[in-house]
Amino acid sequence: MNRLSFFIPLVIFLLFAAVAGYMLTQPKQETVESAMIGRPLPAFDLPGATDDAPRLASAYFVDGTPRLLNIWASWCVPCVAEAPQLEALRRAGAPIVGIAIRDTPEDIARFTQRYGNPYVRIARDDISAVQQAIGSSGVPETFVIDGKGVIRHQHIGDIRPDDVPELLQQLEDAR
Amino acid sequence: MMANIGLAALWLATALCVLQLAVGALGMRDQGEEVARLVRPAAIVQGGLVAIAFASLIWVFAITDLSVALVAANSHADKPLIFKLAGAWGNHEGSMLLWVTVMAVAGAAIAAFEYRLPERTMRATLAAQAFVGLGFYAFLLFSSNPFARLAPPAATGAGLNPLLQDIGLAFHPPTLYFGYVGLSVAFSFVVGALLTRQVTPDFARAVRPWILGAWVFLTVGITAGSYWAYYELGWGGWWFWDPVENASLMPWLAATALLHSVGVLAARDALRTWTVLLGVIAFSMSMVGTFLVRSGVLTSVHAFAVDPERGAFILALLTIYIGGALALFALRGGSIAEGERFALASRESALVVNNVMLSAILAVVLVGTLYPLLTEAFDTRVSVGPPYFNPVSAIFAVPMLVVMMAGPLLRWRRDRLARIARPLAAAAAVTVVAGLVAVAMGVALLPLLGIALGLGLVVASILPLLRRRLTRTPLTVWGMVAAHLGIAVAVLGMASESGFSSERLVALEPGGQTQIAGWTVHLEGVDPVAGPNWTALEARMTARRGEGAPYELRPQARSFTDPVQSTTESALLTTWNGQLYAVLGNAAGEGRWQVRLWWKPFVTLIWLGGLLVAFGGVLSIAGHLLVRRRQGAIRSQLVQRRAELAGATV
Repeated sequence: MNRLSFFIPLVIFLLFAAVAGYMLTQPKQETVESAMIGRPLPAFDLPGATDDAPRLASAYFVDGTPRLLNIWASWCVPCVAEAPQLEALRRAGAPIVGIAIRDTPEDIARFTQRYGNPYVRIARDDISAVQQAIGSSGVPETFVIDGKGVIRHQHIGDIRPDDVPELLQQLEDAR
Repeated sequence: MMANIGLAALWLATALCVLQLAVGALGMRDQGEEVARLVRPAAIVQGGLVAIAFASLIWVFAITDLSVALVAANSHADKPLIFKLAGAWGNHEGSMLLWVTVMAVAGAAIAAFEYRLPERTMRATLAAQAFVGLGFYAFLLFSSNPFARLAPPAATGAGLNPLLQDIGLAFHPPTLYFGYVGLSVAFSFVVGALLTRQVTPDFARAVRPWILGAWVFLTVGITAGSYWAYYELGWGGWWFWDPVENASLMPWLAATALLHSVGVLAARDALRTWTVLLGVIAFSMSMVGTFLVRSGVLTSVHAFAVDPERGAFILALLTIYIGGALALFALRGGSIAEGERFALASRESALVVNNVMLSAILAVVLVGTLYPLLTEAFDTRVSVGPPYFNPVSAIFAVPMLVVMMAGPLLRWRRDRLARIARPLAAAAAVTVVAGLVAVAMGVALLPLLGIALGLGLVVASILPLLRRRLTRTPLTVWGMVAAHLGIAVAVLGMASESGFSSERLVALEPGGQTQIAGWTVHLEGVDPVAGPNWTALEARMTARRGEGAPYELRPQARSFTDPVQSTTESALLTTWNGQLYAVLGNAAGEGRWQVRLWWKPFVTLIWLGGLLVAFGGVLSIAGHLLVRRRQGAIRSQLVQRRAELAGATV
């Protein structure tokens, strides 16, 4: 056997150590980007929050205006905590569309009376079909949808006061 | 108080470790004879001191001494005693102390009992052992001090990760640690043998019990870990090819290969270089595994104690030890003569094939585990899963299983295949018939191969006992038979689980029922229940097969209070031919509950096989130790007889 071949294990090991050492110096990305980012909204057509409210279809988002899509529910406690921030976003000029998950018209009405209604439209997703298709696993979650109906950003969990400027920036970038 | 004693003992042990390294290294030179006598006592006293340090840690956990930061962070006065004790090593600092404890006690054992090797080799071995130990002492004292104090003491403990509050898991990590440390002892022997150019059958015999012991612990650890993941995570799977699981599998594969090649070296003085290289690889796999788990460079479902700074420390140790040993191998490897030759049809050849296949599987697992790390360095995130691992490792596992049938029947040095053809025909017939039946049943390829080869191997692994007088058969042969049979049994379990499992996800209201694989499962109700530090929703279910008696199943969705975390406690119903596995999911609305059910035929064979493999290892260790004692007795009789003869002539 060639004497040099005895160095092969050492060389392989040093390569591993180099890569591992390099990786240790890299900042760790703690959040997982949704695979839906950069993809168009899945096609849907949902009933309005109340029986007389208009239906909400995915085509609604393809009109050149970027919007926030807020997945929420009247039974969700963090959604209550998030309400003032949504109101702040609305006052800053962000159009917010709500999809209420597994909810009833009465509960939705009670919630908006009590905590305010920042939404331009609210639709109902009674079986979480749209929620799952869009890649959201819980409430609340907020998506930035650009004017072509493409998902630009996903915010998981309730919107804290610190998050408001970033969401407005994301909405601006989606223009 | 006890914490101070522990810390003091740890520092003293470190000092003795420095002494052991210095005198061991000096003792390799000719003029160091005088001072080198200290090396054995240094190792023995060091072992005792570290044992005191570890006992102190156990003590502060037992009395929940909240002035110790580690206790405050990981324990709680309300926890059951057994989990308080397990909390001592169920965290990073404590587990590192356990590591050095086992290592130092092993070092003491070698120093006290191993007298077969030339003294220079022993000194080099103990120096290498001290060199490895020193890195871990430094790690412990400078970056992960388990005895760090809190002033003022904490008012209450922060609990223990509830997922870990499980009797299986309390003993799973230490079991793996014993395995890793055993391989570190093998590593020290290899370095000692390389430094003094003494890669001999005596070296192989001295190192073999340590490899066997490490291998038994790794086998038990992996088996227990797999069963834990199976019932605690509630995913119904028993192996996920997760980086942490792979981190325990890779040292096992290397140790299995090493075990077989060291057997060749001991019996036939062949495969010298290969054995030495495997010795280095086996320990490096333990350290690479520890690095991957602790550093957080890989994302894993059970990444714990993740800390890049500790990662850097482990990587530095890894580079020094493994890089150093491989450099030594590169420089010295060429000068080790290859050893005895053997014919193509021989026990040695079969073991070489086994070694190559095991190494290939090891490479497959290593590449699959590290590949995401490599691509991430170039900013591409990939995940490697079962679609890669299963078929690619099977490519090498299948020929290995075939050779496993014939290998143990072959004689050392030279044999004729015709001689073993007749006994082997029975195993081959079973394989072919089982394979044809499975084809007729339309079983998928991998389970089909598993069933055919597994059944064939069950027969073949018993063949070495044929035409032997069982009472006079050495324990080592029994050990080999048990271990090979265990592999066959585990393969059958895996094949049956992956080929014939049925799964059902239903939303049931109380009073409702569903069918799965001949079982009728009835949901009677869901009630809240409370434990010492958790509350849970518990489903009352009964399962009945055909008209048989009903069995009770009580799966829980558990919420721990301190810290807040929820877990699933699956309910398992074990029968002779499989397990019914029930998990309670979320409320599905309208008073209905999601219930997930699996029927897994013969799944328990996987873990029974694993335990049988470990049992085979235990038999083998016992066999080797017995032989050694008997040889010792014969030798002392010889010495006595010679002395008598000498006396008679004078």
